[in-house]
Amino acid sequence: MTRPTFPAVPASPPESGPEPEQRGLRARLVVTRPSFALDIELDVAAGEVVALLGPNGAGKTTALRALAGLTALSTGGHITLDGRPLHTLPAERRPIGMVFQDYLLFPHLSALDNVAFGPRCQGVAKAEARRVAAALLERVGLSEHAAARPRQLSGGQAQRVALARALAVRPRLLLLDEPLAALDAHTRLEVRSQLRRHLAGFDGATVLVTHDPLDAMVLADRLVVVENGTVVQQGAPAAVARRPRTDYVARLVGLNLYRGLASGQQVKVDELLFSVTEQLDGPAFVAFSPAAVALYRSRPDGSPRNLWQARIEGVERHGDNVRVHLDGPITAFADVTPAAVAELDLTPGRRIWAAVKATETHGYPA
Amino acid sequence: MFRRLSRWAVALPLAVALVGVAGCGSSEPGAPAAADPASGGGATTVTVFAAASLTGTFTELGKTFEAAHPGTSVRFNFGSSATLAQQITQGAPADVFAAASPATMKTVTDASLASAPTTFVRNKLQIAVPAGNPAKVDALSDLTDPKVKVALCAEQVPCGAAAVKALDAAGLKVTPVTLEQDVKATLTKVELGEVDAALVYTTDVIASGGKVNGIAFPEAEKAINDYPIATLSKAPAGDLAKQFVDLVLSQQGRDVLSKAGFEAP
Amino acid sequence: MTSTTPSPARGFADRPGRGAVTGRLPWALVVPGVLGLAFLVLPFAGLLIRAPWSTLFQRLAEPQVLEALRLSLVTATVATLVCLLLGVPLAWLLARVSFPGRRLVRALITVPLVLPPVVGGVALLLVLGRRGLVGQWLDATFGISLPFTTAGVVLAEAFVAMPFLVISVEGALRATDQRFEEAAATLGASRWTVFRRVTLPLIAPGIVAGAVLCWARALGEFGATITFAGNFPGSTRTMPLAVYLALETEPEAAIVLSLVLLAVSLVILAGLRDRWVTSP
Repeated sequence: MTRPTFPAVPASPPESGPEPEQRGLRARLVVTRPSFALDIELDVAAGEVVALLGPNGAGKTTALRALAGLTALSTGGHITLDGRPLHTLPAERRPIGMVFQDYLLFPHLSALDNVAFGPRCQGVAKAEARRVAAALLERVGLSEHAAARPRQLSGGQAQRVALARALAVRPRLLLLDEPLAALDAHTRLEVRSQLRRHLAGFDGATVLVTHDPLDAMVLADRLVVVENGTVVQQGAPAAVARRPRTDYVARLVGLNLYRGLASGQQVKVDELLFSVTEQLDGPAFVAFSPAAVALYRSRPDGSPRNLWQARIEGVERHGDNVRVHLDGPITAFADVTPAAVAELDLTPGRRIWAAVKATETHGYPA
Repeated sequence: MFRRLSRWAVALPLAVALVGVAGCGSSEPGAPAAADPASGGGATTVTVFAAASLTGTFTELGKTFEAAHPGTSVRFNFGSSATLAQQITQGAPADVFAAASPATMKTVTDASLASAPTTFVRNKLQIAVPAGNPAKVDALSDLTDPKVKVALCAEQVPCGAAAVKALDAAGLKVTPVTLEQDVKATLTKVELGEVDAALVYTTDVIASGGKVNGIAFPEAEKAINDYPIATLSKAPAGDLAKQFVDLVLSQQGRDVLSKAGFEAP
Repeated sequence: MTSTTPSPARGFADRPGRGAVTGRLPWALVVPGVLGLAFLVLPFAGLLIRAPWSTLFQRLAEPQVLEALRLSLVTATVATLVCLLLGVPLAWLLARVSFPGRRLVRALITVPLVLPPVVGGVALLLVLGRRGLVGQWLDATFGISLPFTTAGVVLAEAFVAMPFLVISVEGALRATDQRFEEAAATLGASRWTVFRRVTLPLIAPGIVAGAVLCWARALGEFGATITFAGNFPGSTRTMPLAVYLALETEPEAAIVLSLVLLAVSLVILAGLRDRWVTSP
């Protein structure tokens, strides 16, 4: 039953442990398959929560599995945790805890025994393992469900048991695969804030995979956006949200995004010239919110700076407002009030004028 | 297309099953003849149920019979005499029954399905030993040695009954390692060298073609097996059945049988 | 936190209207189905009708009958244990480890299913018999001779019954979500621990189903047993052999023995019914 544990999994980082700059995860994850290639660099400091964000099939889960040792790295890949190589170890010898998307609680074990499973595998005596498990279940507020089988638990409860199970092995790297995806909207809200609290109390590195921008923004200290197996953008959630660099990110954060050529305070996007407040030169992005787009039946007087004629592609509800899909020199979304829809007779196919104030556009180097 | 196919898929096995049922039901006289596509006009088929030990000789005699009676064919069902007797009493459409023991013939005559059986050959036991005779057996008394592995037929089948009779006559007590279902199975155990000796018929030793060696022993005279043959009273082939029995009893038949190791009654 | 999220599958099954979508039963299924049932059940009815009820208990009490029954139960059970011990790991290898020739191995495992058991018995003799490839060595080195022993019966039964277990367990292994095993690995479980503490409990229903099939097959095994192990009362004459021998002289006794075999297996299979039927 006993197994050599990687670096003996200390309860807290030892005094004589790795240098501070070595603490945490440094990895280059390379996974090459005939139809797919993943190659991302990932550095996560101890105590930091990094969210891998990206569309389906981008390689997020593959990256997580590679970290866990469930998928082998290809040539060039390496993983270092707290200064020690991890990629040479099989999954069961890595000091990691993983929460799977659908939790994968062992159906034949009680919640308590699910949590005690990891410590037992590390050679901890049964009574001690159960004591540890009970303490963890208490921490996630599930003491009274210790004896329950997984199928008797609600989705939110199962999620918390899965988290407790992952933490029970006292990991130095916590991996969460879409931890909230299986929950309904209401539960999700509640579990998200609990999860945030637990992650804040965890002193190792955390990598979280999600395709939900809100989860990423709330839970992560830093976002790493992955598309087609490569990192396309990373940074603090607010910075990413403000300055998206790909259509995918722009859509996630709800902005219209264009790439053009800047000169002075103007950015040329296709045929259209955008005025921005920033001083720029060379390739640049222009971003603005759909709410900043104003629509007119006829060409407005006293013309605002950024104006173009567009054709309405479609109209759909968007929260309390209506989102209008515009086609023309550029495609764009415009959010207007239902009253405006009636007043302007915004029906698909109609031609219309669209305008954005320079102060509402945001330009930054590409 | 698929719909049609699937209907066929259901209908075909059903049709086959029904034909099969019809075939099984026809135990009426003449059915074997009807089942033989080659038989036209007066030609017909003789169905012979014979003890397994007669397999070689009767197959040969069957060919002789077919040659002598162009247009006829002889069908054989070889097996344990007791099984055959049971099949006959259960209504199997047989013309001739040749049994390896009077007892099994008696079940058929008791059921009034045959009368006046004739003993046509007798068979004597021998000790069969594997090639090389590893246990150095040369007399019946050697079988009592616990180190010698012996196979006997079960007492319920004729060769087993004969073995018991012979051993009793010799006043010997043998503990076999197995009591085989029939003489061929007993012989197989010797052929494969799994046992050191077995009591089987002289004919079986000869039929093995040298794979086992036979050792004659005097006590075998006390346990001679009579083989009776009879036409069955409901014989579908009628006269042809009698003609087949006549062939077996003829000098020609004797020659074939004695060549195989059977003795004249 | 008491909110529950019913799984979609359960919600679907509980939907009240389920099963309301019916129509006329298709005769193309009903007629052959009923014929099939009759075909399987009528022979049993025949046994029951022809059974010599008046002398039944008297025949049952005969020591040879009890001896054969005891031998059958013991050997079938031991053979099933042997199959479990060897068959479950074999199924695991087939389902979880990819090695060259795996498809061929899987095909080979089904050989005892298609081989006439008598031939299987001869094959066993050629390998494990006194002059067999392995048996020769066993005899010379250890003085072990398997034919004509109860151990030989167990071997013959295990040989013909093991494919049932392996196929059933491999199916169960393939049906389980392998990610449970991955989850266990991330918790520090070695492959052996994963197998023991996660895989085995997950496939338990499949193992039970396979063991039941295996046991039933072993109980009825005849051809390989009579060929390999011989036929001697007390040591190798199991019920099927006793039945066959009884048919030679006393068909009624054979019927009684068959009924005993039938009753015993029905009782045991019915006892295991729940797990047997709900297996994946």
